[in-house]
Amino acid sequence: MFKGADRKSTINDRASPQVSNHGTLLYPYRLNFYDTPPMYDVTVEEFEIYALDRLRILAEIESSRARQRSWEELKAVTSTQCTKYLPLNATSATSVDRDSERRKDHLGHFVLRLAFCRSEELRRRFVEAELTLFKVRYESDGYSERESFLSSRNFNWIPLKYRTELFGSYQGPKSEPERMESFESERFYKVKWSRVPDLVQKRKVFLKGGWAYVPGREQSSIVFQEFQVQLEKALEVTARSLPRLDEDTRIIPILNNLSQGFLAGVPSDWGVAGREAMGDDIKAEMVDELAQKHFPLCMRTLHENLRKDHHLKHFGRLQYGLFLKVLGLPIEEAILFWRRSFSRITDDKFNKEYKYNIRHSYGLEGKRANYAAKSKSLHLDLLIMGAHIGIIQ
Amino acid sequence: MSGMDDSSPASPEVMLTFYRRLYPFKSIFNWLNHEHTPTRLFTHREFAFTLQGDVYLRYNSFATADELKKLVCQLNPTRFEIGPIYTTRPKDKKTVRAGAFNAVQRELVFDIDMTDYDPIRTCCSGADICNRCWAFISAAVHVIDQGIREQFGYEHLLWVYSGRRGIHLWISDKEAMELTDDQRKAIVGWMTVIHGGKESSKKLSIRLNSRSLPPSLKSALDHLAAIFSDLILADQNCFGSEEGYETLLQQVPDSRIVGDLRKKWQKDPTRSSEDKWMDLKEEIKKMDKGTPQRVALTLALEDIIFNYTYPRLDAEVSKHRNHLLKAPFCVHPKTGRVCVPVDPERIDEFKPDRVPTVGQLLRELDTVGKAEGEVEEHHSDWEKTSLKPYVDMLDKHALRLMDEVRRSKREMVDTSW
Ligand SMILES: [Zn+2]
Repeated sequence: MFKGADRKSTINDRASPQVSNHGTLLYPYRLNFYDTPPMYDVTVEEFEIYALDRLRILAEIESSRARQRSWEELKAVTSTQCTKYLPLNATSATSVDRDSERRKDHLGHFVLRLAFCRSEELRRRFVEAELTLFKVRYESDGYSERESFLSSRNFNWIPLKYRTELFGSYQGPKSEPERMESFESERFYKVKWSRVPDLVQKRKVFLKGGWAYVPGREQSSIVFQEFQVQLEKALEVTARSLPRLDEDTRIIPILNNLSQGFLAGVPSDWGVAGREAMGDDIKAEMVDELAQKHFPLCMRTLHENLRKDHHLKHFGRLQYGLFLKVLGLPIEEAILFWRRSFSRITDDKFNKEYKYNIRHSYGLEGKRANYAAKSKSLHLDLLIMGAHIGIIQ
Repeated sequence: MSGMDDSSPASPEVMLTFYRRLYPFKSIFNWLNHEHTPTRLFTHREFAFTLQGDVYLRYNSFATADELKKLVCQLNPTRFEIGPIYTTRPKDKKTVRAGAFNAVQRELVFDIDMTDYDPIRTCCSGADICNRCWAFISAAVHVIDQGIREQFGYEHLLWVYSGRRGIHLWISDKEAMELTDDQRKAIVGWMTVIHGGKESSKKLSIRLNSRSLPPSLKSALDHLAAIFSDLILADQNCFGSEEGYETLLQQVPDSRIVGDLRKKWQKDPTRSSEDKWMDLKEEIKKMDKGTPQRVALTLALEDIIFNYTYPRLDAEVSKHRNHLLKAPFCVHPKTGRVCVPVDPERIDEFKPDRVPTVGQLLRELDTVGKAEGEVEEHHSDWEKTSLKPYVDMLDKHALRLMDEVRRSKREMVDTSW
C-alpha cells in the first residue's frame, strides 16, 4: 500500500469521477470497507484534523465500552460525537457535500491505521473501535443504500432459497406458524463456518460439512466479521511495511503518549493540567535551569542541541516547542525564548519563518485550534510516518 | 527390566529404555509434519518437557525427528507436550522482538476428562476409572467425533487415550490448524451443552425459541437416549440412592409430580432407576397432550438425558491456539500406561485396563530379546511388542494426512500451467 508508483494514476482518478448510479459522487456509499488508501495529496492541516476528529470518536467508543454502556447508549453517544466531528450523511442528502464528508472519513481512517498498527495491543483496540463505529453506521444506514453497498462488493456468500433442513435451526418469531411463514420468505447465505464464529458459538446457524447457512436476519454478522478480518490483515501488512521504528527513540514516547490518549479519550485539557502542576508561569530565562534539573532526557538533549547549534531542525523544534508549551511557557515568553535561541538569524527571517509556527502551535494562527501538546504529538508522529510511507511529501 | 514393581510403574531407567527403544518418534514426526521432509509444522513447533522432580522446560524445537529423540533421551522427561507452530523457531524465541513471536497454527484439540463426570458416575470417583465408567467417555467420543465430521467437515481426527481417565482429540485438517482463538472458542461454544461444575441440575439453554432443539443436538439426542437407558439407568443406576433420585427430581418442573414420586420412591428404597424413570414418564403421559405443562415436562426429560450423557469438555484446552497437550505415546507416570491412539469406530470395545503399560512392553522386549539372542537395539523395536497395533494406527492416520498434502500440492502445480 501507499506505493509511490500508484499515486500519479490515482490523482487522475480524482479528476475523472467514477461513474456510478449515484451521480457523480466519488464515494458512492456512506459505508466504507477502506480497501484502498487515499492516493491524493493531503494538506498537513487535513491530515492532522481528520485524524484527531476520528480519534475523538474512537476514544469515545472505547470509553463507552469501559463504562459498560448498553449498545443503544453507545450508539446514541457515538452518533452525537459523529455529528459533531465526523458527520456522514446519506447519499440522498443532496444538499450536503457528501464527498468531502466521506473523504474525511476515508483519510482519517488511514491516518490512524498508521498510528495504531504498531503493536498487537494497539491493533486489537483499533480494530475493535473501528468495527464498533462501522456497526453504528451500518445500523443507521438506510435499507436501500445499505443493500446497494452490500451488492457493490463480493462477500463470497452463496445466496440460497430456504431448504427444509434449515428450518430446524431457524429462530425467527416465537409462534410456530409465524416462524414457518417468516422462514419461507427468508433468504439464506452459505459461507464457510469460520466466517461467522459469533453465530456458530451461539448455535444460531445450520452447519453442515464446514458450511454455515446464515439466515438473512443474521447477514450483518458476515459483513462485520469480514470488516474485522480485512482490517486486521491490513494493519498487519501496514505494520510490516513501516520502517522499523523501534530504533527511532524520538517516536517511541510519542506513540506511548498516543496510545494513552486513546485510552483516556484524547483529553483536550491535558496542556492545562500540565501547566497547573507547574504553578506559576515560566519565564524564558528559566528554561536553561529547568532543562538541567527537571527535563526528561530526550528533552534535555534537544535543549542542549539548541544551545550548541543555536538551531533545531523542524521536528525537534516542534516537539520541543510543544513540550515547553505544556510546561507552561506563555506565548510571549516562548517567542522570546526562541528568538534568543536562534541567535544566528535575523529578526526578519525569524518573524517570517518561525514566529508563525510558534503562534500556530499556541493556537493563535491557522485554524486557531488550541491543540493540546499530546494531540499535537500525534500529528507529528503521523506526519513522520506519513512521510516514511510517502503519503505526504 | 526385571526390577519393575507396581509402585514405580515408570522409573527413570524404564522411561529411558522406553524412549530409546519403543517411542515411535518417526510416526509422531510424520503426523505433526504432514510431509517427509521437515517443514515449519515441525521445525517451528514447541515441545515442552516435564523432567523428574517437576522441572518444566518450555520452548524447545527441533529440526528433525532424530534431534527430538536425542534430546528426549538426554533429558529423559516423565512426559512431554506438544504446542503450536510459531512464527520463529521456539528455541530462538529470545532472539526476536516480543511482538514477532506468535503462535500461528495448531491442531484443534479437545480434552474430555472423567473427573468432570464425578457428579454423575456411581462406580468410581476422582482419579479412578473402570471399564464401566469408560462408557461415559465412549458416549462423548461418539457425539464429538460425529459432530466434528458432519457439521464442521473435518476428516483428520486422532483420538488418544490420556493414560488414565480421559481422552484427547487432535484435529489436523489444514483449516482446523489455522483457526484463530475466536474460531476455536466458537467451536467449543457450539459443542458445549453442559457448563461444568457441580450443578448438573442447572437448566440448559440449548433451545431455539425455548422449544425446539437445533438439528445438531437433535441428532445427538437420538444416540444419547440409548446410552441413557443402558448406562445411566441400567449400569450406573444413577437414581438408585436417595441423593441420586433427589437430583433427578430437582430437574422436574412440576411440584405435584415431584411430591408424588418422592413419596412413592421413599416407600420403596430398592426401586431401580429404570423403574423410577418409567414412573416419571407415566406421570407425564397422564397429562393432556399439547398442554404447556406436558410440553415443559417432555423438554425437561430431554434436558435430563443431556445432563447425564452429553460430553463434558474441558473448554480451556480447546480455546487457545497456544495450549500445550501431552504427546501421544507418552507414559502416564502414575499408571505406567501408554497414551495410545483409539479408533473411534471401536471405542465401545476399548478397555483402558488393557492398554499396555511401559513395564509390560519392556518385559515383552526382554522375551523377544532372549529368543533372538540379544541383538543390538534398533529403532523399530515397538514392532515386536503389543504397542504395534497402536503405532500402526498413528502411521495410517499420518499417511492419510501426507496423501492429502501431496494431492493439494499436485493440484497447485496443475493449475499453475
Ligand atoms: Zn468406574
